[in-house]
Amino acid sequence: MSVQELQKTATLEHTADGHHHSDGILGEQFETLEQQNTSYLIGMWAFIVQEVLFFGAIFTAYAIYRFKYVLEFTLAHHELSVPIGTLNTFVLLFSSYTMARAVRAAMQNRHKKQAFYLFLTFLFAGVFMVNKYFEYSAKFEHHLFPGGDYSAHAVVEHAQKMGELREVEENGQKFYELGKTRDGQFTAFKRVTPQEFEQRTRLFFGFYFVMTGLHGLHVLIGMIIIGILIGRALIDHAKNKPVADFMPVEMTGLYWHLVDIVWIFLFPLLYLIGR
Amino acid sequence: MWNFPLVPPTASKEGADISLLYWAITLLAVVFGGIVLFGVIYLAVRYRADNNAVDRSNATESDLRVELAWTIIPLILALVIFGWATKLYADIYAPREGYYEVFVIGKQWMWHCQHPNGVRENNILTLPAGRLVKVSLISQDVIHAFSIPAFRVKRDAVPGRYNAMYFTPTKPGEYHLFCTEYCGTKHSEMIGKVVVLPEDEFQAWLEKGGQGLATATTSMGGGAAGGGTLTLAQQGEQTFKALGCNACHLNPNSAVKVPDITKTWGGEIKLADGRTVKGDEAYIRESILNPGAKIHAGYQNLMPPYQGQVSEEQLVQLIAYIKSLAGDSGGGK
Amino acid sequence: MTTTTYTGTDKPNYLNWKTSVASWLLTYDHKRIAILYLVSISIFFLLGGLAAAMIRMELATPKGDLLTSDVYNKMFTTHGVIMIFLFLIPSIPAVFGNFLLPLMIGARDVAFPRLNLLSWYFFMAGAACVLIALFRGGIDTGWTFYTPYSSSFAKGEVSLAIVGVFLAGFASIFTGINFLVTIHKMRAPGMTWFRLPLFVWAMYATSLIQVLGTPVVAITLLLVAVERTFRIGIFDPNLGGDPILYQHLFWFYSHPAVYIMILPAMGVISEVISAFSKRRVFGYHFVAFSSLAIAIIGFLVWGHHMFSTGQSIYAGIVFSFLTWIVAIPSAIKTFNWMATIWKGRVHWDTPMLYALGFMGLFVIGGLTGLHLAAMATNVHLTDTYFIVAHFHYVMVGGAIMGYLAALHFWWPKMTGRMYPEGWGKLAALLVFVGFNLTFFPQFILGYMGMPRRYHSYPEEWATLNVLSTAGSSVLGLGYLLPVIYLTWSLKYGKVVTERNPWGARGLEWELVDTPPDPHNFERTPIVTRPAYDYNHPEEPTGFVPKPRPVVVGGKDG
Repeated sequence: MSVQELQKTATLEHTADGHHHSDGILGEQFETLEQQNTSYLIGMWAFIVQEVLFFGAIFTAYAIYRFKYVLEFTLAHHELSVPIGTLNTFVLLFSSYTMARAVRAAMQNRHKKQAFYLFLTFLFAGVFMVNKYFEYSAKFEHHLFPGGDYSAHAVVEHAQKMGELREVEENGQKFYELGKTRDGQFTAFKRVTPQEFEQRTRLFFGFYFVMTGLHGLHVLIGMIIIGILIGRALIDHAKNKPVADFMPVEMTGLYWHLVDIVWIFLFPLLYLIGR
Repeated sequence: MWNFPLVPPTASKEGADISLLYWAITLLAVVFGGIVLFGVIYLAVRYRADNNAVDRSNATESDLRVELAWTIIPLILALVIFGWATKLYADIYAPREGYYEVFVIGKQWMWHCQHPNGVRENNILTLPAGRLVKVSLISQDVIHAFSIPAFRVKRDAVPGRYNAMYFTPTKPGEYHLFCTEYCGTKHSEMIGKVVVLPEDEFQAWLEKGGQGLATATTSMGGGAAGGGTLTLAQQGEQTFKALGCNACHLNPNSAVKVPDITKTWGGEIKLADGRTVKGDEAYIRESILNPGAKIHAGYQNLMPPYQGQVSEEQLVQLIAYIKSLAGDSGGGK
Repeated sequence: MTTTTYTGTDKPNYLNWKTSVASWLLTYDHKRIAILYLVSISIFFLLGGLAAAMIRMELATPKGDLLTSDVYNKMFTTHGVIMIFLFLIPSIPAVFGNFLLPLMIGARDVAFPRLNLLSWYFFMAGAACVLIALFRGGIDTGWTFYTPYSSSFAKGEVSLAIVGVFLAGFASIFTGINFLVTIHKMRAPGMTWFRLPLFVWAMYATSLIQVLGTPVVAITLLLVAVERTFRIGIFDPNLGGDPILYQHLFWFYSHPAVYIMILPAMGVISEVISAFSKRRVFGYHFVAFSSLAIAIIGFLVWGHHMFSTGQSIYAGIVFSFLTWIVAIPSAIKTFNWMATIWKGRVHWDTPMLYALGFMGLFVIGGLTGLHLAAMATNVHLTDTYFIVAHFHYVMVGGAIMGYLAALHFWWPKMTGRMYPEGWGKLAALLVFVGFNLTFFPQFILGYMGMPRRYHSYPEEWATLNVLSTAGSSVLGLGYLLPVIYLTWSLKYGKVVTERNPWGARGLEWELVDTPPDPHNFERTPIVTRPAYDYNHPEEPTGFVPKPRPVVVGGKDG
């Protein structure tokens, strides 16, 4: 057979080289399903390690500044909504559970059940994002997004109410004293200029938006993948497919747990500590 | 004109030591490099495919003894040089005493140098031969690096923190001064020279106020007027008063209780949180700019931060002043 | 229809079995993706080389006269960013790693062919961002993007360039993940870890660095872009940040990145030296494990880029110590290569010339690294031309020599055509001579204190700089020649149909057609011998089990 002939039959040749499997699960490069599945798993774990280093670097930077500007960061912490954060934590935890159920259903080739649990996961992720939307818009409203109209005003006001910040004026210059009020007595730990205070809280919200933003992006990507998986599961169900490849669901599950775990670190480090 | 140098001048005590190390490593490199380069060529020629006159029998494919030999011998040599180089580095860059101190401030794109007696120079640094010199470096904008190849020393000038370098110029003459950390458009114009004068000439130069080249107030922020007539510490005292520091500090009638700044420099300072820090330039700088960062044990933080209100030049003066209060006129204690 | 035995050029191969543009741009075939990478990085290499030529022309005279200092700064940034992120990092892994890994381990493809293609698209998207940033006025931060200059002072599309590097970084991560899994899971039966060719070991070590290091630089550069855009003070002290933190995070990746560039080249050299000495690589285990040792220790030495920043002396001592230690595995490799040549049958073909050139240049690059591992001399030499010379000896003298050795060695396998041997030898000679002429004077300049990234310099250094510029024109010619004759050989080169034109060992030579079949092997091979078994020429390294009759098209078979 010449090259020209082969080009005509190339597709046929390609699918008929002796490694084709009628169920279409096994990738052409693999010998056995077991090899394919463990490959996917190792690949996914390598990706997760990569993600850990990705987030790890920014957590490191955050830890350094949280240590350096502990009082300013503590006051900025107060601006984050613990109820929404807590709600989102539980939402994500539940979504991890439904995801695990979806993986199990996929392994059992129960397509409808799988679609159902995936849909629940998708729904929880959606709730998370909606909460995030409200949370973000509140920050924008209070000018806490570190953009052009950033102002630490909300932080200052809140901290004053809690008795942890005092405005003082000396030689015509304004300062903030950061401290604690006990028994009506204010003790100052630190004095900063309004400009410094603005810079440091801005840094906090910079970290907040970068970290939760990157995490949110991961949630969003996860939602797209889950959406596709729901469609696939429904098609499998409609076609009454006896066996389907559960690895995509399994890998998405791993990814989803990673997203969850990143949040489990973000929530206390951003919302809870310093309270 | 035949001007084709292959080595830099060596004009400091440290430079001579570093040169020795440099050539020792170079020798090691030449020996090892020579073994590999000539060894490879020799072997590749000798064992060329069409040469059947060589003995190819007993061609082993691995030999633990050989492997260990060429692992351990380089390792030992490496450790020896590592020890030598590290000792030398620590001797040069660890804090030393009995120095002549110059403050250098880098900014895009010039070097600004301040002598203890108040003489200021731009892009020229005049130094005495035969005396240990400490250069305290800081930058006003981006990272620069202060490099004097003839002395074999270099330090980065980092914004927001003081770095120190020490060296002992030995030979009078003029030497290159470079910025070696890329700092923007005119990086390659951030150059100057270091002028080393014999001790007596240097003293005369200092007394003349730096031959008129430095008395003018520079573009680098305010600072007490009359550089060249006042020492750096005296300028610092003026700045101290101008900023109103004397309302509380060094004021026996002060209404507020403040730490004794005459004991700050060189002292061990107990902090409110239980830590102890050393009273060095970085601590003084931080305590002026951001007094709340490290609070003396037993005191409340009542001092306003001066971040953004004092120039790097004024900070340098204030530090010199506080050092002088502790009896240090720029030479360590 | 039954299986057909093809002979001659008529035989379909991965290059000609499909010819549409889509069949190239949407291919999952690791060999075609390798070619996509080869074509793209060759273009970037020429662009980066052009910038280098401008730099050297400017430096031919002490005064800054040819370019303004602003344009000069943009030139060296262009040169650095393109050469590092768009050429050296993908060079051997993405081209030869992609092409060879499955062939060497007896697999039909890498583990994740689609991810492999995605990697190329990420790379091209990143490259597009970088090029747009460069064409829209350029950036002048240097490839290191040091803060606060890059975050608060530099003008131009720095953020866009950073996005480009970020995307190219993820291309590199995808390649790394793919190779790790491929090496773990796709080895043919009988291909045990210690039968692997050393190139595969080198790629394994490289992939580890890609996966563990790249995400850190990705997020770090992203933070620089965020700081530029939103003025939050992570790295700029005027905003409350710390510029030295940037250097820590940056070098945590960028030092190991040096090994991303050199380790694959070392792998190539092991292959080439063995093939042209007709001898098993001496001390196989030591060479294999030294790759891993370099990858691991390489992660712990980043602080040696920062001795002059005023970092604590104690931190410096640790970093310096580990830097001395990381030199040892490289020494082990070099000695083992020498011992491989010993009692071999050395063929002086072009790939071998490049390999010998690699050894010469890499040894100089490595040994001058000792001056930089020693803290006392490091501080004098850092940020001078000594550094420039040192890393060019390692990256150009090492990595690019390895790349060219690989290109010539596997060229007949990849294209089915032989390059012209005479021209090949001439080019290798020109590259070697031109390279030394260009960069050796820079060691001397550096010791005299000439700072890097200088647009003008004192008169007394003119002679050496002229020498360097002259050398660079020879070097440039040396690089242009292969571009020309390799392209020429695609059409006019001697046709190679035999599987093993070099008489080398390895599955890619013994069991794979030239050029390879779209599916690499007729069936998954079974490996029976260790790599480089030149002592048993009659015993193949592995064999392809007898094919079962294949039914094409199902029913009409």
